[in-house]
Amino acid sequence: MTDPVLEVRDLAVTFPARRRQRAARAVDGVNLTVGAGEIVALIGESGCGKSTLARTLVGLIKPTSGEVRYSGKALHYTNAAMKEYRRHVQLVLQDPAAALNPRQNVFDAVAEGPRLHGIRNGLNDRVYSAMTRAGLRPPEHFVARYPHELSGGQQQRVVIAGALALDPSVLVADEPVSSLDASVRGEILKLILDLRNELSLSALVVSHDLGLAWNIADRVAVMYLGRIVEVGTVEEVLLRPRHPYTQALIAVLPDSGSKSTLLAGEPPDPTAIPSGCRFHPRCALRASAGERATVCTTQSVEVLPAAADRSLVACHLADISTPAT
Amino acid sequence: MTLLEVRDLNVTYRSGNDRVHAVRGVELTLEAGQTLGMAGESGSGKSTVALSLLRLLPNTATITGQIRFHDEDLQQANWSRIRAVRWAGASVVFQGAMSALNPVQTIGEQIREPILLHEKVSEREARTRTAELLDSVGVPAGRHASYPHELSGGQRQRVMIAMALACRPDLIIADEPTTALDVIVQGQILELLSDMVRERQIGMIMISHDLSVLAATCERLAVMYAGRIVEIGPSRELIDGPQHPYTKALSGAFPKIGDPASRLAPAGLPGDPPDLREELPGCPFEPRCAEAMPECTSADIALWPAGERRESACLKVLASKSGETS
Repeated sequence: MTDPVLEVRDLAVTFPARRRQRAARAVDGVNLTVGAGEIVALIGESGCGKSTLARTLVGLIKPTSGEVRYSGKALHYTNAAMKEYRRHVQLVLQDPAAALNPRQNVFDAVAEGPRLHGIRNGLNDRVYSAMTRAGLRPPEHFVARYPHELSGGQQQRVVIAGALALDPSVLVADEPVSSLDASVRGEILKLILDLRNELSLSALVVSHDLGLAWNIADRVAVMYLGRIVEVGTVEEVLLRPRHPYTQALIAVLPDSGSKSTLLAGEPPDPTAIPSGCRFHPRCALRASAGERATVCTTQSVEVLPAAADRSLVACHLADISTPAT
Repeated sequence: MTLLEVRDLNVTYRSGNDRVHAVRGVELTLEAGQTLGMAGESGSGKSTVALSLLRLLPNTATITGQIRFHDEDLQQANWSRIRAVRWAGASVVFQGAMSALNPVQTIGEQIREPILLHEKVSEREARTRTAELLDSVGVPAGRHASYPHELSGGQRQRVMIAMALACRPDLIIADEPTTALDVIVQGQILELLSDMVRERQIGMIMISHDLSVLAATCERLAVMYAGRIVEIGPSRELIDGPQHPYTKALSGAFPKIGDPASRLAPAGLPGDPPDLREELPGCPFEPRCAEAMPECTSADIALWPAGERRESACLKVLASKSGETS
């Protein structure tokens, strides 16, 4: 395995306390790597910190502690360093209708990045080639159009073309298909996969959709309440889940056929993280583990290290939860 | 007895000088206690069909056809009759509970309101029923004095379901009841809706673009494309053995985890749905269809029998089924 392109080390992001509310530890100790040409899916419920992690990765949020590293170097939060960094790491947002300026035509939307970076020479070629790669073919047909004249799938392609226009090496995509129709969803995922295969672009895709991970990712990291609870190859994590939370996420899928492990309770609250294992109040395994489960409420689970080559699980009782193979 | 029967339903929206023919000859029947899922992409007309049943469409919409609910033609009924049927006969669970609930009224008041309007009961009895309803949908009855913003997304959707059940309707229309929710909360809400419908023998029409959600909750499934039903039949069979190419594409869009065919191979459907301002001769799906034949552009397409309790609007299915019988 080559060096990771993008890496986070012991990352924590805490949003300060507001009136009547305690500080929210949205990301609370995360190690994660994305290798060259690798697609990593980051999966979790709303409020688990996955979007905060994504925004921190592209430098929109400065971490409270820990660091983001790009090709082996820690990220500096000076304007010049950030500008340089964003040529390499680009963000694709969830709702293309909101991400695009309604009064900007497609050409200007795609050219915005290169213009901000002072690229004048060959701007036309750059924009047309980004649009072609994003599947807006032929580009001449789209350049003069405005977002409202495009379908949802085409709008998301414009957003992706805008990200590609700077020839980045990593895409960070936050729920890139959740606002799109079922038929369009597959087309956009196929595009992300093609970009990896043809340009060896790396991607971190944030989603709540396990099917998306199965469709395009090499590795998957499952996040719960600010921490990664399980990470590994898609096959390992989705077919042989070891963390009770991952098991619950898979069991809840409508066609999984099992209803037994339906998770009770509401999405967790990052302003009040439980002591011990942070998943213990909702954990089905703890309830059935008897004596051994005392450790779950008394002792916190160690933060998972970054490991690109093996699967890891953050659970005191992982030896019980692991299905015999 | 047939609870709901829809015959030749057509809905046209006026938009400037254009007329958008959003629903084109939809026929449906639903028996008491049955559940029907309606699938399709945005603009396929699935929500328009559901909302036209209770005349909930904006006044730019023109509805023609027959909507028989309990043997009464709602299409001909006057407005006061429609208002009486809403809530008491049939009710709607909307998507996005935050925008469907009134932010400045407590949830208790909002659940009591339809009860007090439709039934001759005392305030006190309405309160008792509200508490029972909240309890039955899994929201502590003590939360009746809470405002919507004090509840989580899942709890708000539970309140929406409690409201829909408040006047003991015979039909519930659930319009994307779980789209804004998380996977885990979605599972909880779907289970709740299924339990409620089963226990109370209520008919349900559920709308979603997610076939797996519909398959988990509905016995029958109707797939809509460009304002028409293109395939209808028992949910599981429709998803496991789709006959219409559009149903195939939709069911391929939601991969089954563990299925090697979809691993690193997302399935999509190229192209865009047709412009509903136009008349669409032939099969409306033909331009995007991987299996299209020359005659698809001109032949009259209808829903043809395609096996037991199944119908499909594809020429290929017609050809293979007539071949079997001859």
